[in-house]
Amino acid sequence: MRLLLALASLRRNRARTLLAVLGVAIAAAMLLDMVMLSTGMRESFRQLLLSRGFQMRLTPRGTLPFDTEASIAGATAITDGLRARPEIDLVSPVLGASVHVLRGDSSITTFAVGVDPSAQGDYQLASGRDATAPNSFVANDDFLRATNAKIGDTLRIAAGFDPQLRTHSGERALVLAGRARFLYLAAGQLAIAIPLRTLQEMTGAAREDRVSLFMVRLRDPGRIPDVKRWMRSALPAMDVISTADAMARVDERLSYFRQLSAILGAVSLIVGFLLVTTLVTVSVNERVGEIVVMRAIGVSRAHVVQQIVLEGTAMSVTGALLGTGLGLVTARYLNAILSRFPGLPAAIDFFLFQPRAAWTAIGLLTACGVLAGLYPAWRAASLPLARTLREEAVA
Amino acid sequence: MTVLVRARDVRRDYPLERDAVHALRGVSLEIVKGEYLAIVGPSGCGKSSLLNLLGAIDAPTSGTVEIEGRNVGTLGDREVTEFRLKHIGFVFQRFYLLPILTARENVELPMAEAGVPPAERRRRSAELLRYVDLGDRARHRPSQLSGGEQQRVAIARALANRPSLLLADEPTGELDARTGQEIISLFGRLNDDGTTVVVVTHDESLARAARRVVHMRDGEIVQDGVPHG
Repeated sequence: MRLLLALASLRRNRARTLLAVLGVAIAAAMLLDMVMLSTGMRESFRQLLLSRGFQMRLTPRGTLPFDTEASIAGATAITDGLRARPEIDLVSPVLGASVHVLRGDSSITTFAVGVDPSAQGDYQLASGRDATAPNSFVANDDFLRATNAKIGDTLRIAAGFDPQLRTHSGERALVLAGRARFLYLAAGQLAIAIPLRTLQEMTGAAREDRVSLFMVRLRDPGRIPDVKRWMRSALPAMDVISTADAMARVDERLSYFRQLSAILGAVSLIVGFLLVTTLVTVSVNERVGEIVVMRAIGVSRAHVVQQIVLEGTAMSVTGALLGTGLGLVTARYLNAILSRFPGLPAAIDFFLFQPRAAWTAIGLLTACGVLAGLYPAWRAASLPLARTLREEAVA
Repeated sequence: MTVLVRARDVRRDYPLERDAVHALRGVSLEIVKGEYLAIVGPSGCGKSSLLNLLGAIDAPTSGTVEIEGRNVGTLGDREVTEFRLKHIGFVFQRFYLLPILTARENVELPMAEAGVPPAERRRRSAELLRYVDLGDRARHRPSQLSGGEQQRVAIARALANRPSLLLADEPTGELDARTGQEIISLFGRLNDDGTTVVVVTHDESLARAARRVVHMRDGEIVQDGVPHG
């Protein structure tokens, strides 16, 4: 009966209830988006780092992967030394360089990674074959669009360019073996992957037996602290970055987003709360007579409170459910815009949907609905019966 | 004869900023089971204040009100609410039906509050609506009913939990003479069927229909006897 009364009360003024539910839905959508934003990017970055199972990165001291042109000498010996450790399951040496695809008088500059195809963790092959042959390479869709190249085509690619003489060096004819999706590159960035040895040869003596970073996968992730300690003592010229270290750096850089989303989330929650409180208060004030008569004929104070709280809760839950759908749609749209943020991997999601985020938003708004109904409910249930009946009769 | 209501030296003051309004000045009254009592008097004489005390929706400033042997002034909010629910039926001048519910649902409301099972509620509400000659209007909302019909639904609601005492505050006040007469007849029928009825009224024909009339003035009972005329 209480639920029937609550729903009937909401139906009494349909337009007002609808507007309130829409208002709550917008607040819920914003809250959900802010919860998704505050946790999504971090979680998305963590998933990206762990997507190929590599838990550690070794970079030239004081740099982040591909932040600078700095490289590590003696790559073969270091690779062998790392692979000899029983805790280490896989080592992927990676060299990054800019290369030029020669097309008559012009060229297209692209980013290239030199990898060991059997141990690489930079891309996922989408079609064709991997770049296992020394004169082969794989490329991403942006590269294929820019060059109009197709799998099987042979392209002339140079590693060096002298802008004064306008000549290229380290030129090779390479066969496009496959199409790949690169995990760590920004949206729209042209990229290819070449066997490491080939790229080292193309880049000449300056990059001979050098790499930009090592990616390391351990058999047991619990051994990360031990291996990190060993690496720091055995390889002092390098920074050892575990996924946890990288996440700490990401957290530092994303603190702005988190603060912004926390503030906007709190604002939307407060707006939702005030909206429901106002609407329930107005509705209660309109039917003071009815409420007092209900109390007079024997409806308990607790049941009056429950009925009014149910009204606020019903509005909040309906708004929150609608808002979840709305929030997911807007998050998708906003994500598409923010994914073009310069310097960030395209695979990063700013608004990563996590069921926990949705439950958090719905839960917070439901709690708000309950709290929003409590004040007007308490006021209505506390009205002095005789005096209010007299006032109502006079009115 | 069993005394159903006993009010002893009841006073009710409404405090103002510097003074107080003395609505009741030491009223004593006994109502026996099966009685049909009308309380009459000029506006502001304390009729409704007395009715509120007899119905346990207000507490006296001093004195006691016992209903079925229980001093209702000593009950807490929860107990007194439950007491009203199970022992007292109220009829108001302005009907006060919930506009969002049908006639049947309005009648079922006190029963639902009392924990009566749904099937029993439906059976009893249908029976009560037939009793007040509204068996065919059960699905109608208050806005689809005339004033007299709304008051009859309110009477059916007041009878829902088989109260031992039915209190009515100006029940014909909002009705035309003919419709008011129908309500007066209904109260007579209810009393004939054993319900104790107390009405506060300005309506002389309603007061004449009662078996006993209490006249009030300035917060006191000035006359208590059978109706004239």
